[in-house]
Amino acid sequence: MSNDTHNHSHSHSHGGAHALPFWRKYIFSTDHKTIGLQYGITAIFFLLFGFGLMLLMRWQLAYPKQAIPLIGKLFTEDGVLSPELYNQFGAMHGTIMVFLGVVPLAVGAFGNYLVPLQVGAQDMAFPKLNMLSYWAYFCGGVVMLGSFFSPNGAAASGWTSYPPLAVVADNGQSLWLIGMVFLITSSLLGSVNTIVTAIQLRVKGLSFMRWPIFVWAQVTTAFLLLLAFPPLEAAGVLQLMDRIAGTSFFLPSGLVVSGEALKVSGGGNPILWQHLFWFLAHPEVYVLILPAVGIVGEIIAVNTKKPLYGYKTLVYSLVFLGFMSFIVWAHHMFMTGMGVTMSTFFQATTMIISVPSVIILTTYLLTLWGASITYTVPMLFATAFLPMFAIGGLTGLPLGLTASDIHLHDTYYVIGHFHYVVAPGTLFALMAGVYFWYPKITGRFMSDTLGKIHFWLSVIAINGVFMPMFFMGMAGVSRRLYDQTIYAHGAAAQPLNVIMSVSAWILAVAQLPFLYNMATSWKTGKKVDSNNPWGGTTLEWAASSPPPHENFPTPVEVYRAPYEYSPNKKLLPQFVQEA
Amino acid sequence: MEQPQYGFWLPPNISTHGAEIDGLISTLHWFMAILFIGWGIYLIYCLIRFRARPGHEADVSGNTHFLIPKYIEIAIVIFEAGLLIFFAAPIWAKVKKNFPNEAESIVVKVTSEQFAWTIHYPGRDGKFGQLKTELIDGTNPVGLDREDPNGKDDILSPNILNIPVNKPVIVQLTAKDVIHSFSLPVMRVKQDAIPGMTIPLWFQATQTGKFEIACAQLCGVGHTQMRGFFNVMSQEEYDTWFNEEEKSLLGDAESATQPSGENQ
Repeated sequence: MSNDTHNHSHSHSHGGAHALPFWRKYIFSTDHKTIGLQYGITAIFFLLFGFGLMLLMRWQLAYPKQAIPLIGKLFTEDGVLSPELYNQFGAMHGTIMVFLGVVPLAVGAFGNYLVPLQVGAQDMAFPKLNMLSYWAYFCGGVVMLGSFFSPNGAAASGWTSYPPLAVVADNGQSLWLIGMVFLITSSLLGSVNTIVTAIQLRVKGLSFMRWPIFVWAQVTTAFLLLLAFPPLEAAGVLQLMDRIAGTSFFLPSGLVVSGEALKVSGGGNPILWQHLFWFLAHPEVYVLILPAVGIVGEIIAVNTKKPLYGYKTLVYSLVFLGFMSFIVWAHHMFMTGMGVTMSTFFQATTMIISVPSVIILTTYLLTLWGASITYTVPMLFATAFLPMFAIGGLTGLPLGLTASDIHLHDTYYVIGHFHYVVAPGTLFALMAGVYFWYPKITGRFMSDTLGKIHFWLSVIAINGVFMPMFFMGMAGVSRRLYDQTIYAHGAAAQPLNVIMSVSAWILAVAQLPFLYNMATSWKTGKKVDSNNPWGGTTLEWAASSPPPHENFPTPVEVYRAPYEYSPNKKLLPQFVQEA
Repeated sequence: MEQPQYGFWLPPNISTHGAEIDGLISTLHWFMAILFIGWGIYLIYCLIRFRARPGHEADVSGNTHFLIPKYIEIAIVIFEAGLLIFFAAPIWAKVKKNFPNEAESIVVKVTSEQFAWTIHYPGRDGKFGQLKTELIDGTNPVGLDREDPNGKDDILSPNILNIPVNKPVIVQLTAKDVIHSFSLPVMRVKQDAIPGMTIPLWFQATQTGKFEIACAQLCGVGHTQMRGFFNVMSQEEYDTWFNEEEKSLLGDAESATQPSGENQ
């Protein structure tokens, strides 16, 4: 059945990729690999852009009210980053990194490129929907970037856009909301596609419990996107109405802004937005981390030369984690005046969700026992992911328990916590993924030497950025402060800001070898000698490098679970028949 | 009054409930440190011992089952459940629910706005005057009706919260415009101030001194400047300050002839 559907959707292109004009092949392509690359390149651009915003903010944080050297005059007359720009950059850093950077790279790029390959499909189930999903994302990105040029600049109310602040804010916020509608639409289209592809287009023999862990991670992620994003899309439209149509969904009666009574009907509730926002944004955290868990699983399995420990446990943990992520959201809202009953429920679910996270980490750690570990560049990043993700996860405990959260809520401790999860966590995994699948995508390896320079500089610098945040948070310094030295406790912790900023700039420099490596290896990297250069067991390694249009010219079949080896230690890929 | 010492770890604690919060925070960090160092040692050991090298091969049987991690996992669950049931939930109930008796406490309203705090004391009669939106202006940021008999003696203190030591303080917190968050790091107090809602909180100081109020929730372009002060005074100092304020509001005669609680 699956093949029929597929052939039908592609009947227009039976001449193969070569018959297509340039703009159909590379711009408005329906090939999941081209779309994956489009997602990847766009997402890397946005990651660098969002990182760049933070590099500028980091100057103000380290050296408050001093002019930014060399380029400061591009932004303000005296070269000092103004509080207005600081708030805009802060809000857009978060928005861009999450919605335009990490998710499109993890889900749009890796998911799009690899899920069809790993289930043995010729393409996504709905190739045109896939194209639409990319272009909706692209439009969202253009709107977000364009908002910087609107009269009073981009959105400045944080990536969380809490009303009433976001409702009374300048017009950048309206553009933010419109941009979000595009991005959410893109994610919804993409998630439907991933789910249908992974389930319906599986080749013969690929039962669910034979799915590579990466597919499990992507499908779980797709369900999170599909079920959690619609409430935010609705909430975004409601906030837009509050801003432009005079409604009061999120505005209570009696607001007095800058000494003037606000002329709105009132009767709304600002907390409603927080519930709708975090109902998405907590699952969103797992959207950020689960694809990374999948990538690390694949890389560990290949580089340890042994089966993943506890595959079934891992799968159940992933799915359970995905489910639980829907009922922890209000732990972001402990300080909104929550009573004992509700806070106890949400801290209980928060403690429960730590269990599958610990299990996932444990299975990966146990896979290392008895292994033969090859330290390729992807494996270095995947290995570093483990302790970094552990720090990110563990530091969630004092935030997840209400009593300790009283002191740590909305401080730098929170920033340190979630950045450990998504930066040295997810981003390291994504970098590992780039090094790992680059030979599949291009037919060439990336440079090992440049990769190792990239790794060691990054792993040191990134800890220099985020580790001091825990100490700063402990000292009680609020987040999102333009200049913390105004406060006595902020001034005392200020030296930490200098360490963080210098580390961030080193981290930026450390990405140069990576970008250079990615760009030049395309043409000059060492050529792969086979379809399966790392010794992988999953289906993408059966395709040629790069895989042709429609992936598998001769039909493939799956004969066993992933990550199997024969008793005489011989590799047993899923797609090879003999035992 | 000596200045508090701040550094790279928890600031000094001057509240009656803060020690329990600090205890939970440090217990959690010991727990995290033990787990992380344990994992770390195991990880480094594996990375060295099981590195690929000539003559070393992976064990691919897939038959090994580890029991110790299972026990560790169960221990973690029990420990977390214990912290939740015996520490986090009771401390939360104590701080957020079990309020002291109002008659024995100082009761104030704190109204936050971009980018200031207004502390509103009920005055000698212990009753807050009416607030009217139309009366809001630069000198009357909360719109207090001075014509209201209950409002005559109310003290409005911009950005400075004066409280006596060793006496419970109840704050009724609200916001005029956007969401703010009332954060007293040395008091281990933090509570969002949400327009349209009045949220009570309480604390009791154990030491005198001069400290700061911080805004912990992004509230606009002046968020960083939204700094207030709170002075913890001895009861005598507090009474002196309070009487001075009352005197300037009511005049010498009225203040003297209207002892506490007889304004109605």
